[in-house]
Parts: sequence; C-alpha cells; structure tokens
Amino acid sequence: MFDDFFTRALVTGIGIAIITGPLGCLVIWRRLSYFGDTLAHSALLGVTLAYAFSLNIAFSVFVISAVIALLLLNLQKRTRLAGDSLLGLLAHSTLAIGLVLIGFLSSIRFDIMGLLFGDILSVTVEDIALVWIGGFIILVILYFIWKSLFSATVNFDLAFAEGMQPNVYNMIFTLLLAGVIALSIKMIGTLLITGLLIIPAAASRNITNNPKQMVFVAILIGILSVTIGLFTSLELNTSSGPSIIVIAIILFIISLIPLELRGKLQK
Amino acid sequence: MSSKNNLLVNLENAGVYKSPKWLIRGVSLEVKSGQIVTLIGPNGSGKTTTAKMVLSILEPDEGSMKRYTDKIAYVPQKINIDWTMPLRVVDFMRLTNYLSDNEVIESLNQTGVENLFNEQIHGLSGGEFQRVLLARAIAKKPELLVLDEPVQGVDFNGEIDLYNIIKNISTNLNCGILLVSHDLHFVMSATDHVVCLNGHICCSGKPSAIIKDKAYIELFGEHRSKTLTYYQHDHDHTHNSDGSVSN
Repeated sequence: MFDDFFTRALVTGIGIAIITGPLGCLVIWRRLSYFGDTLAHSALLGVTLAYAFSLNIAFSVFVISAVIALLLLNLQKRTRLAGDSLLGLLAHSTLAIGLVLIGFLSSIRFDIMGLLFGDILSVTVEDIALVWIGGFIILVILYFIWKSLFSATVNFDLAFAEGMQPNVYNMIFTLLLAGVIALSIKMIGTLLITGLLIIPAAASRNITNNPKQMVFVAILIGILSVTIGLFTSLELNTSSGPSIIVIAIILFIISLIPLELRGKLQK
Repeated sequence: MSSKNNLLVNLENAGVYKSPKWLIRGVSLEVKSGQIVTLIGPNGSGKTTTAKMVLSILEPDEGSMKRYTDKIAYVPQKINIDWTMPLRVVDFMRLTNYLSDNEVIESLNQTGVENLFNEQIHGLSGGEFQRVLLARAIAKKPELLVLDEPVQGVDFNGEIDLYNIIKNISTNLNCGILLVSHDLHFVMSATDHVVCLNGHICCSGKPSAIIKDKAYIELFGEHRSKTLTYYQHDHDHTHNSDGSVSN
C-alpha cells in the first residue's frame, strides 16, 4: 500500500496536518508564531547533530527544541530583554551553529535544500509510523490538557486562580510544539513549518465563530493544503514544503472572501 | 448561623514587594462563609494586589496567606480577549467548568443576559461583558468568590441590579466574597466588613464603625464619606438588561 513514494508522502502529510491544526490554533491565539519559528530554526541544529551522531532525526530535533524552550524560560529569568529579542537570539544562534557544524560534516552526503524546504522523495514507511504514532500521542495529550490550556490562553490569572494549573500545562504545550516540529521537519522543512502551523489556523479563523469549529476547520484546511500541495509539487517538480505553503496561502486568501461579503451585506 | 464561622482565607500581615517599592504591606484580613468583605481605597492603593494574594496569583513577600478552600471563582478587573480567538458567551461560560446548556442558561439568567448565549464575546458591550463574567463565576458555585470591580461599565440601574445579585449570591450559596469596589453606597449598606487600603490598611471594621473613622474620612473626603444611604427611587416599571420595559 505504501510502495509508492507519493502515497507515503500523502499519508505522512495528512497526519501532520491533523496535528498542526489544533496546535496552530493555540500558537496564533497565544501569539507564539515567532516562538514556533525559533524552534524550527533550531531544528537545523538538531538535524545536523542527528547526522553527526547517527541519531533518529525526529528524536534529535525534539530534544534540541525542548532544550531551546527551557533555555528561553531560563533566559527570561536572567535578563529583562524582551521576549522577541531573546527568541531572535536563540533562533539565529542555533541556526548559525547548525550551519557551521554542517561544514564539518562534508564527508557525509547532505541535502541541505531538502532540510530547509522538505523532501517528499525521502519519506519512508518508518516516517509514516513515526508521524501517525507520534501524532496520535500528541493529540491524546492535547485532548486531556485542552481545557486548562485553553482557559490559560483566554486569561492566565483567571485560570490560575481557579485551579487550572496553567504553568504546568504551558510547559507541556511547549513540548508538544517541539514534538510536532520534530515530526514534520522531513516533509515541510525547517524554514516553512511555522507556515503550516499558522496559515491554516488563520484561514480558519476567518470563517468560524467558536474555538472547536476553528480547530476542525484548521485541520481540514491543513489536509487540503497538503494534498493539493503535494500533487502540485509532483506535477511541477517543485519542493514539497513550499508547494504546500503556497496552497495554504491561497486557501487563506479564499477564506477572506466571506468576510468581505459579510461586510457588504451588513451595509 | 454557625456556618458563618467557616474561615475561608486568612491574610496575616501580608505584603508584596515589586522593585523598587512595596505594592502593599501589612494586610491582615479574613473572609468567612456567607460574609462580604470589601476592599476600598484610591487607585494604586493595592486592592487588586491584595485580591491576587488571596487567589495565590501573587505570593506574599512577607507575612502569610492561608486558604481553606479550592472552590474559587474570580472576576478579574481587566480581561482582554483577542479577536484571533473566536469565543461565544457559552464557550466562555465553560472556560474552567463543565456545564450543560441548561446550567449555562440558568446562570446567565441570574445576571439577566441569557439572551447573549450564542453571541460573540467580542461584540458585547462593557456592561454586558461584566454580567457574563459574573454569571460565569456564579456558575462555578464557589465557596470563595473574588470580585475585582465587578460593576465597572455597567449603567446605573444595572449597577444596583448586580449589587443585589452579589448580595444574593452570598446568602444563597453561603459563599464568602472578597469584593474590590469604588461604590461607597453599596459597600457601606451591604457588606459585613470593610478594609480601607492605601498601600497599607488605613482602617478596617464594620461599615458603621468605618464611616466614623478619621482615616476613612481623610481618604474619601467629608462629603463623599457621608453619602451613606443606599439610593433607591420609585419606579412604576422595571427595565430588562436590554433596556426593554417589563412590569
């Protein structure tokens, strides 16, 4: 069933879209898009280390992302620099370290373009298993912590006062975010993962009016982006990651139309 | 009532320091079941800080806070919900609570806004939002309710309405209420214990004692501090929260 590389890519991509839907909604509600970006940049370092020490890529990326998230929390306690400065500092230093390290690995065949933009040709049956099992675990955890996480997203003090333990669940959320980035590196590439998190969620917001609806529509838009994007990529021989994101942004533009219509109808 | 002696929370000489100054110092107070304790004082006097200590959002840097219940509901002073998050009133009501539709309607009904059930939070007026905030807190059936200026932005009749509701909650649910308020009418006529803050406790006690206290008169001025009576005017009809007239 998974003999064909394209089928493998499609099944993996749909799996990823199902996880990025709900996480993407939380990312935009919490204004964390730059944080997602930082984790994704640091993923390059993770991938390099994976090659250097022959580790599993997803595992190594996950560990590096988690370390970066912890570093960020630690830095926030030590300095009063604003959050976005710290994120920029972490994003670009890890990216630079990753790129320097790649230089040392010249003996190994290394497809840097594939790393940055995703490579459907390289998706294996193990990748499918990783994405679906990993994704399933992420979604199950997310399901159980959703209420706490969501209430803390609306108002941290209120959630804290009413015993929802938001600090614990914020931490878990960060790890889940690291997890989804680790799982989707191969398909989307480090530079564009944040796009798959944010764009379907943003498009969904334009046409929905409650949180659950927004999550489900974000998943649908993600699946559509992946499917149409991969077919386009196959047809036009373009990189898989950018093709998926281009489709997502087209869907976003379409999602704006009902807003305009609504505006006109109200006049 | 013997249950009146149920101690819910106890602050002992508590203070919060935020570089370079103490936001509040030396606060001692307690809230018991069925009791309304009010914090009054000028802006920046530490009312919200004190409320946040009671909720353990802020840890006291000196003194202590002991709380004997986890069934807490909170109406914060400010709450901004970004447009990015689509949120209906009913979703907001279920924020920290599992409620059936009927329970949601019942609570909204208590603050007179059951008609807003399916409305977007972003479309509500300031007064409507305060009513929803209060309804959400009531729905939790808390033992301790912390209200930080719960009637801000509510029109005059609505204010009286909401204060009556608050008074009812304390009797019906027998819960303790810590209320931050600017409304001296209500504070003096309906609460059990008043704590007057200005970076520290200026004076505290029963309303009848407070109004004679020199520190209180100094803080609020001769004129305002005497406006004791709870103003009520004759009305041959009543208004619903949306302004329509009913009899």
